[in-house]
Amino acid sequence: MLYEIRFHGRGGQGVVTAAELLVKAANVEGKWGQSIPFFGAERRGAPITASARFSDAKLSIHSQVYNPDLVVVLDKKILDFMNVTQGLKREGSILINSPSHFSVMKDSAYKTWLVNATKIAEELGLKMAGWTIVNTAMLGGVIRIFNWIRLSSLIEAIKSNWVGQVGELNAKAAERAFEEVQIA
Amino acid sequence: MLKVLSGNHSAAFGALLSRINFVAAYPITPQTQIIEKLAEFVDNGVLNAKYVRVESEHSAMAACVGASSVGARAFTASSSHGLIYMAEMAFWASASRLPIVMAISCRALGPPWNIGNEHTDILALRDSGWIQIFAESNQEVLDTVIQAYRIAEDERVLLPVMVGLDAFTLSHTSEPVELPNQETVDHFLPPRSDKPYLLSPENPFTFGNMSNPTEHMELRFMHHTALRDAKNVILEADKEWESLFGRSYGGLLDEFMCKDAEVVIVVIGASSGDAKEAAVVLRKEGIKAGVLRIRVIRPFPSEEVRNLLSRVKAVAVVDRDLSPGSGGILVSEVKSALYNLRCRPFVKGYIVGLGGRDVTVGDYLAIFRRTLKSYEEGDVQEDWFNLNLEVLEK
Repeated sequence: MLYEIRFHGRGGQGVVTAAELLVKAANVEGKWGQSIPFFGAERRGAPITASARFSDAKLSIHSQVYNPDLVVVLDKKILDFMNVTQGLKREGSILINSPSHFSVMKDSAYKTWLVNATKIAEELGLKMAGWTIVNTAMLGGVIRIFNWIRLSSLIEAIKSNWVGQVGELNAKAAERAFEEVQIA
Repeated sequence: MLKVLSGNHSAAFGALLSRINFVAAYPITPQTQIIEKLAEFVDNGVLNAKYVRVESEHSAMAACVGASSVGARAFTASSSHGLIYMAEMAFWASASRLPIVMAISCRALGPPWNIGNEHTDILALRDSGWIQIFAESNQEVLDTVIQAYRIAEDERVLLPVMVGLDAFTLSHTSEPVELPNQETVDHFLPPRSDKPYLLSPENPFTFGNMSNPTEHMELRFMHHTALRDAKNVILEADKEWESLFGRSYGGLLDEFMCKDAEVVIVVIGASSGDAKEAAVVLRKEGIKAGVLRIRVIRPFPSEEVRNLLSRVKAVAVVDRDLSPGSGGILVSEVKSALYNLRCRPFVKGYIVGLGGRDVTVGDYLAIFRRTLKSYEEGDVQEDWFNLNLEVLEK
């Protein structure tokens, strides 16, 4: 089994953290993963990517992810100017942070999933420096689609990453998204 | 216990487990996370070390020289421009025979400004008299930092060690890493001894004074032979590490399916994992491919390289570095190691991945195939892999 995920978001949205948390969640179950951020001249608000690679056995490769099985878009505005499906496997999926009634990627051949991560995060008060932080909610959706890591493992990874109330709220966001994510 | 760690944090945990008691550092991307993590350890009280924030890398190494002279287990980290700025003191540290360990998140040099992965920085210091070990994985980064102190402080060696890790490809990539048990690490790496001498007011010595031509050459000969003979100590450390923790990195070289290979890629650093994957693919097609990862750059394992490559038909040496006007640095080391063989393999050099350009399994497949074709055609010209002609013609 080899499964690769590419996250698209903006600098400051927790894209790199999302990839890393998912690897930590896999590690809770003793499963192997690798998170690979892509760094250029990043600054807050600029479109950025990070990837994660999962496998049944430890891999020694360290190159970037070019043909993901799943693409995760934290900010749907990115779709206006970026081809997020570049290299996506033919049988691959896309998960977009979007209200369920919002129709995106309509003519896409890919299986598209939607979750309103912004609403979930806003309702839980997940804000940092004025920004709604949607990364943990998106991960709840990823867990549902990927179906290889248990939700409980993600919750454990989130709670050990942030202790106390912040961890609780982020865990709640992941749980809600796991329930609410649906096929577009 | 497996912990998901970046390459940078692996280096910091390696230093923590080595019970370092002195850090002097100046931040630079992409190594900053190493010294930030160490600052956090000191702040949390898990690491009992003096942490000195200096105003430059030159001063960082100068402070490490002072601390190591009085017996501290000193650590620092740097990268790229920082390392080059430190160069003067790096030469001073090694000729003073001080067992300092430094992690280097290897990065390109500007201009133009570039924070990407490249090995030219560490290789520019190959003549600085340090031992240089380069890792393939985050686990190897952590393990090697601990091994580095054991090697550096061995009385047969007494030399500083640089531990290289690829910028971003390892430094910011996270993967599961086994944290060795502290008690076993303590057994592997006992506290630093005060032998053969330390700088101390009770027992005054003077170091680094003027030397005359009558003895300078002899001092350099001793430095050179100690560095050359450190090979044995590096091998011992790797063997003992394997017996304690079950992990070996091959000591000087990490040999992957080379024994019966007809074509071998010689490479440094993390992308060797991708090269190995390419070799596995080619083996399935019936092509006997192998990968030779040079783990220790100084002392350069010339005899070992010669032994492994003497029966190989074609060798591709992949350099993620450049000595402008000469070419790849590793290829010239490998060619020089092979020169005295009566029957030498075909060697073709490749320049790849400068300034952080990714090198993939597909790239290594192409390099293997191109090398076999070049062998048939006798084309020994250095190959700048995947140069973008459009950029060149602008």
